[in-house]
Amino acid sequence: MDPILFFTQALNGLQFGVMLFLMATGLTLIFGVMNLINLAHGSLYMMGAYFAATLQQKTGSFIWAIILSIPLTVLLGMIVEMLALRRLYNRDHLDQVLATYGLILFFNELVRMVWGPQSYFMALPQFLSHHVQIFSGLTYPVYRLVIIGVGLGVGAGLYGLIHHTRLGMLIRAGASNREMVNALGVNIRFLYTVVFGLGAALAGLAGMLAGPILSVEVGMGEPILILAFVVIVIGGIGSIQGAFFAAVLVGVADTFGRVLLPPGMASMGIYVLMAAVLCWRPEGLFPAQRT
Amino acid sequence: MTFRRIFCFVFIVFFATLPLWSDVFHTRLFTRILIFALLALSLDLVVGYGGMVSFGHAAFFGTGAYMTGLMSLHGITDALVVWPAAAGAAMLIALPIGALSLRTRGAYFIMITLAFAQMIYYFASGLETFGGSDGMRLLARNTLAGKEFLRHHEFFYYVAAGFLAGAFLLCRRLTGSRFGLILGGIRQNEKRMQSLGYATFPYKLTCFVISAALAGLSGALMANETLYISPSLLHWTQSGHALVMVILGGMGTLAGPVLGAIVLLLMEEILSAFTQHWMIVLGPLLILVVLYARGGLYGLWPQKKVSHVTPP
Repeated sequence: MDPILFFTQALNGLQFGVMLFLMATGLTLIFGVMNLINLAHGSLYMMGAYFAATLQQKTGSFIWAIILSIPLTVLLGMIVEMLALRRLYNRDHLDQVLATYGLILFFNELVRMVWGPQSYFMALPQFLSHHVQIFSGLTYPVYRLVIIGVGLGVGAGLYGLIHHTRLGMLIRAGASNREMVNALGVNIRFLYTVVFGLGAALAGLAGMLAGPILSVEVGMGEPILILAFVVIVIGGIGSIQGAFFAAVLVGVADTFGRVLLPPGMASMGIYVLMAAVLCWRPEGLFPAQRT
Repeated sequence: MTFRRIFCFVFIVFFATLPLWSDVFHTRLFTRILIFALLALSLDLVVGYGGMVSFGHAAFFGTGAYMTGLMSLHGITDALVVWPAAAGAAMLIALPIGALSLRTRGAYFIMITLAFAQMIYYFASGLETFGGSDGMRLLARNTLAGKEFLRHHEFFYYVAAGFLAGAFLLCRRLTGSRFGLILGGIRQNEKRMQSLGYATFPYKLTCFVISAALAGLSGALMANETLYISPSLLHWTQSGHALVMVILGGMGTLAGPVLGAIVLLLMEEILSAFTQHWMIVLGPLLILVVLYARGGLYGLWPQKKVSHVTPP
């Protein structure tokens, strides 16, 4: 493999990994804090993309579309949490899988009714749609670099939020002992709603960023949802740090798999990776400490 | 109890006589329902009795169907050979998948079974001899001892019904046996069973593999019914669909999954006659069942005791 192709694919893998990280971190946060397996996370990703696509048509601006759709997705996530998911935190995982599977059916059909079955395409604004030269012979789309930047920025921001703010402290405390946090006078229900909103924002953001690269269509959230699950299982459920490393690992492995392996094998590759990791370490690479 | 007796009687008479008075469309619809009921029953053995939440049961269902396709490509079309082979293929795949997955538990088990099913899904999508992701048509139903009995939809209905009844009785024997009781103990408290001196792993694996065999058989029946195999049989939504049947009907019971399959598929059929957007009704309905009907439909059934095995 020549170095130009290698670097291009490495960047593609990193970009894909960063997208996966945005999805996976919300999932793992919700699992770690509320002990909820949320299959409907892919639906929030899809709704984010649809909000952004619609707002882009209305406002004519990609940036405004993103800025306005994030609060919309957060609001949607919080409403879903308050209406349905809140009641599932103390249920076993099977109930959660099933109820959130019901949410997937609902949202897919809702989108089909409101937006129709055809897919949407989001156009990139002028300043994001060209290529830059990284070094001689290697040009790369600016937009994909922006995605990498946004993802890394969000990762750093989350690290700061979790480890250096009061909200982050409450989130960490809620994850390790919810009764104690509640007894100390923290409104744990509200905290959960906030965490769910945060997860929704990250999923929605991933959907919006994916809009211009992939098509915005019904069911777009499911393939990436399953991959995000692979990521959090490899990384260790509940660990944001694990989600980051596993996301990049899966992104890069998947991208190189597609280049090097025959088509059928390539899609299998990351599942083989996951099975191998789980056989070696049944709790994932960075198991979250629970007390 | 009398209500229950009457209901069972009407139920059995209805299903036993259905092809005699129904048209071909409804006979085939109910054939599909019976096949899915067999799949749901097999899944309940793992989820409800074994306490192992498998989110990858489509892998075994699809393997059974693909085995049927593979053998028909090689000119082997007799059901007496093909169907046991389909069940056997599913068992052969379930053995390593189960052995690896059972190293994990809880949410990890759900996800790793899902991952294995996806692995097989993508593998099947890449098989050019089977039409890749488009799938493949089968030429005809399997023959039975060299005769083409199964071509008749009514006869095939009774074959499917017979398999479901047989599997039901088998599962009843199984769950009432020493094996089933140990399995129930493991589901309720695995550590305690280990302390009592049971090696729990072989029991769980055996349960997983038996369940896979039944799922593979239902896959072979489904390939015969639709005469079409495609990777969609292996898709994760297929696993989700089967789980919904189990929960809707009531897991940890034998009648529950059968009831769930019948109700869910009939509901889909009826709702889709009213509106093409029937899933917008089905989705919230599922959430309501999970939130408010914890024992599933079977739990709403008037009876003295819930069942001999309490749902986990």
